[in-house]
Amino acid sequence: MASTLNQIVAVTAMNIRNIPSRLGTSLVILIGIAGVVGVMVALLSMARGFEATLAGTGKPDRVIVLRGGANDELSSVIFRDQVEVIKQMPGIRKGGDGQPLAIAEKYLLTGIPRIGSTEPANVVVRGTTDKVLELRPETRLSEGRMFRPGVFEVIVGRGAQGQFANLRLGEKVAIRSGDWTVVGIFESGGDVHESEIWTDVETLMAAANSPVIASVTAQLESEDQFTAFKDALSTDPRLTAQVQKEPDYYASRSEALQNMINVLGYAVGIIMGIGALFGALNTMYAAVSTRTVELATLRALGFGGLPVVVSVMIEALLLALAGGVLGAGIAYVIFNGYTVSTLNFQTFSQVAFDFRVTRDLLIQGVIWALSIGFIGGLFPAVRAARLPIVDALRAQ
Amino acid sequence: MKFFPLVWAALWRKRPRTIFTMASIVVAFLLFGLLQAVNVAFGSGVDHISGVDRLIVSGKYSLTEQLQLSYDARIRSIPGVRNVSASSWFGGVYQDERNFFAQLPVDHETYFDIYPEIIVTPEARAALNSTRTGALVGKQLAEKFDWKVGDRIPVQATIWPRKGGSNTWEFDLVGIMDVAKDSERAMAEFLLFRHDYFNEARQFGEGLVGWFVVQVDDPTRADAVAAAIDKEFANSPRETRTDSEKAFNQSFMKQMGDIQMIVTSILGAVFFTLLFLTGNTMMQSVRERVPELAVLKTLGFTDQRVLGLVLAEALILCLIAALIGLGIARLLSPGLAQFMPGLTVNPVVWGQGLAIAVLLALIVGLPPALRAMRLNIVNALSGH
Repeated sequence: MASTLNQIVAVTAMNIRNIPSRLGTSLVILIGIAGVVGVMVALLSMARGFEATLAGTGKPDRVIVLRGGANDELSSVIFRDQVEVIKQMPGIRKGGDGQPLAIAEKYLLTGIPRIGSTEPANVVVRGTTDKVLELRPETRLSEGRMFRPGVFEVIVGRGAQGQFANLRLGEKVAIRSGDWTVVGIFESGGDVHESEIWTDVETLMAAANSPVIASVTAQLESEDQFTAFKDALSTDPRLTAQVQKEPDYYASRSEALQNMINVLGYAVGIIMGIGALFGALNTMYAAVSTRTVELATLRALGFGGLPVVVSVMIEALLLALAGGVLGAGIAYVIFNGYTVSTLNFQTFSQVAFDFRVTRDLLIQGVIWALSIGFIGGLFPAVRAARLPIVDALRAQ
Repeated sequence: MKFFPLVWAALWRKRPRTIFTMASIVVAFLLFGLLQAVNVAFGSGVDHISGVDRLIVSGKYSLTEQLQLSYDARIRSIPGVRNVSASSWFGGVYQDERNFFAQLPVDHETYFDIYPEIIVTPEARAALNSTRTGALVGKQLAEKFDWKVGDRIPVQATIWPRKGGSNTWEFDLVGIMDVAKDSERAMAEFLLFRHDYFNEARQFGEGLVGWFVVQVDDPTRADAVAAAIDKEFANSPRETRTDSEKAFNQSFMKQMGDIQMIVTSILGAVFFTLLFLTGNTMMQSVRERVPELAVLKTLGFTDQRVLGLVLAEALILCLIAALIGLGIARLLSPGLAQFMPGLTVNPVVWGQGLAIAVLLALIVGLPPALRAMRLNIVNALSGH
């Protein structure tokens, strides 16, 4: 047993010392696998980032009320007289002013080009009130000041500001009935609202010639109050309304895009992995075949088949590991924290999010690399060990 | 051509290696085919569904803004306008949100004159004219949901409840729409129903409309007509933005934004990786054959001919692999089109794929081919 181990160490060391003389073929494995792992980690980090943005939106003890049958805030229409009814429902916490902590919000889209483009993209404009910071305490103004009612002023989410043109402090943006001035920038922990523009609801309704609102967001006294709130809302004859906890609402509105990004990531990763596998097989077969005589000589000297197999496998795995680490590293350096925006087709509006190259993705990438290296090394290794010594020595 | 057997034999000199190399190129072109098909769905596909004589009039600030139905007559009176049809976004759900397809109330009297690409029988048009709750659906939709003329299709409104507050709208299917060319399929895969019925039956929003489709007399004057329309409604409470149908569709697709950029970068990474893989194999294969190539030269093959032989080998390898890869993508695409309508491996994708295959063959084939060409016979024969 000890001698087998010694043999393995000896042959492996020899193989590895040999790699520089076979640099070209060895690089093929390394770069092939680095490419696969890099692309897969990058794509999956996009899915992770999108998930983090959506999952980080809302709190379970906050609820969103929409018109019964509406899928989202864009399609929901609630009339003014219904708003007061909703605000009087049981279970809503009282705010600092003694009134129920609930805001009726308007939700519309305006076309703003991406930075560096001229085509308008659907950016969300949310009409709210200055109580919004109390309702959504995760939000804080990082620059400037709050909008004032009655004038065309807006505050802009950090994500929207990074993606769309003319949204810096003091700049003007066309929303409805002309230009609005950016007076503040807000942050909310990278959630969906950071892709939005906020302004005063009454001012927005007047400017848009549209006297209806889209949703009521309310802070419950506790999550336990949800059922009571829901029952009261759905049995009230004055309303046709539905209510969801915020996390449930945002999760359901991102399902389709999230699935698409995930499917894209895994499909491309698997297909590319198969391609790289053939490359690895080629390389290791070549590595074995150029050393046919050498390996046969070793075996003629009394080295067993196992050390030969193991040494070839170790070489393949080491190259794959290097490729995997390289690919994951490149993905991390280029993409971690990279912000993109796209149309969430379920809400018809733009959402900005960061790529997140998480630790588990890096590990997943390296495991993927080692799997390719393992399969790519196994068959050539077995072949090398099985060649009859006499034939192999005569080769070439 | 007479050297084909020679090239072919050289290609299969080491069968497993060629098969593995080919398999990795196949995989690359499979990815290329599928991802380009996605790009077609998002991008170039709109060219086929955009008429040069059509304009879209929507809200100035967003295409989700509502306009006045009364704009119809004012647009009609602008010189150069031939025809106008009002359309809106209904946004209903049939059975389940995942069964997504668009339902559009349209001005049934003008819509089909403006869209001659949509094939509707005169009987179906007559039936729509006489049935207020009538609807037409695209052929593929009808097949997917097994709808027959005479069926009653219930759709749940998400935006527009009926008067009285009910969300359920029922449409009587009076006909099926088709198109002449597959590339135009996306123009007809809707449920179309009557805007006059929609306008009267909805709970709120009476007198409003989502957008107008405008047909112009002379496509070369389309820009001027578009400017005249926007001028007509400038400084009104509901201003307009008029684009050619093509620009409108493109800007709609551009909303996906960075996704397309990401798809393009994936392809870049795939081919960069592949370049190393295939290039290395080609180099290796030529290196092994140095004495054989020297023999060919001894027999009187010119330098150029040897260069040609090696290049031809790379070309055949890449082209066969590309054809197989794109072929597999073509076979898979109908399945994927269910998730992403408009996804097809069309002739453009085939053309691009084969062009890239030739380019790839040149890049990976040229260095070994040059090496083969420059071989010195004496050294090559003696020095192996």
